Amino acid sequence: MSEVHAEVTQWNRRDFPTAAREVLQNSQTRKNVKHATNVIQAKRNAVVAELPDWEDLREAGAQVKAHTLHHLDHYLMQFEDNCTRAGGNVHWASDAAEANRIILRLVQQHQAKEVIKIKTMTSEEVGLNAHLEANGVRPIETDLAELIVQLGKDRPSHFVAPALHMNRHQVREMFQREMELPDLGDRPEDLATAARSYLREKFLRVKVAISGGNFLIADSGGICITESEGNGRMCLTLPDVLISIVGIEKVIPSYRDLDIFLQTLPRSATGERMNPYNSTWCGVHPGDGPKEFHVVLLDNGRSPILADKEARQTLQCIRCAACLNSCPVYHQTGGHAYESVYAGPIGAILTPQLHSMEEGRSLPYASSLCGACYEVCPVKINIPEVLIHLRGKVVREDQGTFAGKFSLWNIGMQTAAFLFQDADRLAMAERFGQIGQKPLVSKDGFIEWLPLMLDGWTQSRDLKAMPAQSFRDWWAKERAPHSDNSHDDGKGSDA
Amino acid sequence: MPNSADHRAAILGSIRRSLGVSTPASAIAAEYAAIPRTYLQSSNLDKHGVSELFADRLREYDAGVYHASRLSLSGVIAEILTARGKTGLAIPAGVPADWLPQGFAFEVADSYDAYQLDKKQGVLSGCTVAIAETGSIVLQNAAAQGPRTLSLVPDYHLCVVFEEQMVATVPEAFERIEATSALPTTFISGPSATADIEMTRIKGVHGPRFLDVVLVAD
Repeated sequence: MSEVHAEVTQWNRRDFPTAAREVLQNSQTRKNVKHATNVIQAKRNAVVAELPDWEDLREAGAQVKAHTLHHLDHYLMQFEDNCTRAGGNVHWASDAAEANRIILRLVQQHQAKEVIKIKTMTSEEVGLNAHLEANGVRPIETDLAELIVQLGKDRPSHFVAPALHMNRHQVREMFQREMELPDLGDRPEDLATAARSYLREKFLRVKVAISGGNFLIADSGGICITESEGNGRMCLTLPDVLISIVGIEKVIPSYRDLDIFLQTLPRSATGERMNPYNSTWCGVHPGDGPKEFHVVLLDNGRSPILADKEARQTLQCIRCAACLNSCPVYHQTGGHAYESVYAGPIGAILTPQLHSMEEGRSLPYASSLCGACYEVCPVKINIPEVLIHLRGKVVREDQGTFAGKFSLWNIGMQTAAFLFQDADRLAMAERFGQIGQKPLVSKDGFIEWLPLMLDGWTQSRDLKAMPAQSFRDWWAKERAPHSDNSHDDGKGSDA
Repeated sequence: MPNSADHRAAILGSIRRSLGVSTPASAIAAEYAAIPRTYLQSSNLDKHGVSELFADRLREYDAGVYHASRLSLSGVIAEILTARGKTGLAIPAGVPADWLPQGFAFEVADSYDAYQLDKKQGVLSGCTVAIAETGSIVLQNAAAQGPRTLSLVPDYHLCVVFEEQMVATVPEAFERIEATSALPTTFISGPSATADIEMTRIKGVHGPRFLDVVLVAD
């Protein structure tokens, strides 16, 4: 069967500062993001505080995930065996092109012109919708937020609530236009009801559904999907054919492990004790659900990450987005500034690694390293540690190129390292600084402008001029024992 | 273009190259068993406390909560249906006859397609287990619960939960359903809802917009 390749240019791949500068201009988006993340964070904190064993749950979740990654080949094969035995079909896709090819072929085999979809970031990652459309298949997003993004020809900005950057009034305007409902109200209830009636007929009619998966369960060959609206259950149970595309890192050893993740995921993701619906199933079950079930196991840059012992923990992620909601940078920029399917702190470490550090190289710097992301992470991914580790990678790779080695930045940092290594060198640099700063110091003793890349500091703050006497000079003169100027009797003099 | 088997070999090969070691299955099992699970497995609530907590959680989700004894169950169901203005419900196979009050039409709907279910006034079912701490009912494809579409397509779900089916914590629920984990299983926590607009939970999207639960104790 024929296959046309779509031009996928959804993400521009600009660097973070450039993209962030643009989104920061939009004060409405900033307001929406700030409001939504504040609401969700307060709810999350309240339901997490309820559990006296929260830290034990985090620890167990982290260990189960780390263990699975350490034996990923074993657990994937176990999943494959058990899923196949239960009547499912397991496919393997090294990259996005293969995943798209497999899914299109399955859709074409059933002569489907439309497919209904549950929100899946993995499908976003491989550009599945564009690929289906290029080949004459219409993908219909059924998650409310994904529907908002799709109808608005927008991009997701958050992987739990992809339309978090829009408020109710903006959603109403777009629904009025796209669903031809001029009288639609703007209460969230009105908007949900509009989505219900718009999609109902499609759930009942469309014969092929595509989903992602929250967990692949090795010992039962099952899949678990968590959701709120029931659109997931509709897609999982009504069509004849179900295709789930899932990253290889989503496997867990045992059904019992869900007793950890079904506690930590909903509380972290939506601040609920439990989200409205969780579904688990194995293969096909006669008389209940699809007659045909396919799982596409997607690598697409994941397996090489396992080789990096410090960064491997990135793959423990269960996509709760708590790190986005807690991040002071994300609060300001929202998701679009990351120019990536995966935004926020986890996106800042996952995206560059998925692309072997060839894309998203500015993302490890999109953080103040405050550590809030690590504190809320339900599987204890030490995101700040990985951010620093990846910054080191970026720097070392840059230093390996001619342009990088002789860049002003690298020369500056190398010089700084050289000076800080030795007290005499530092003292000499201080002398030069005291003299060199003179033309820059204003009357009140502040530096308001610095040259070259140093202006990053003075753009938004003034720098106190260096004093005539450095602390080390003062110490040597006043306080150091056995120095000529010291009359210290050991009890301290004037403080 | 490489075929499917090549992709499988390529992915597993890449994983093994990255990990550098291959551990025998027995050692993996031992390592897995040694993972500390110090989180709470149970609670110290008594039967009554569990039932009260469950009822509170359900109300927070805006589900209706009713109490009955085994003897009064059909009478309570009749009252609920009358209050809801229902004249009949779809039911899964295996619902005991003594749940069903006279004067209402109940039809076994396990084999109904989605269009047929969409026309029903609602569904009455039992459950496998219920979790108090999270206000969840767990349905499996079993007697009195039926296929997953039954509790999904109709806009109203009335669920009967017996006291002995209630547990306090999530781990206790998994202990009970682990043996039947191959069955299609659905955790339901309140009526269908979304938080997609401004992160505010609102009731009523695609699943049943109305959920009533009858707690049955002796």
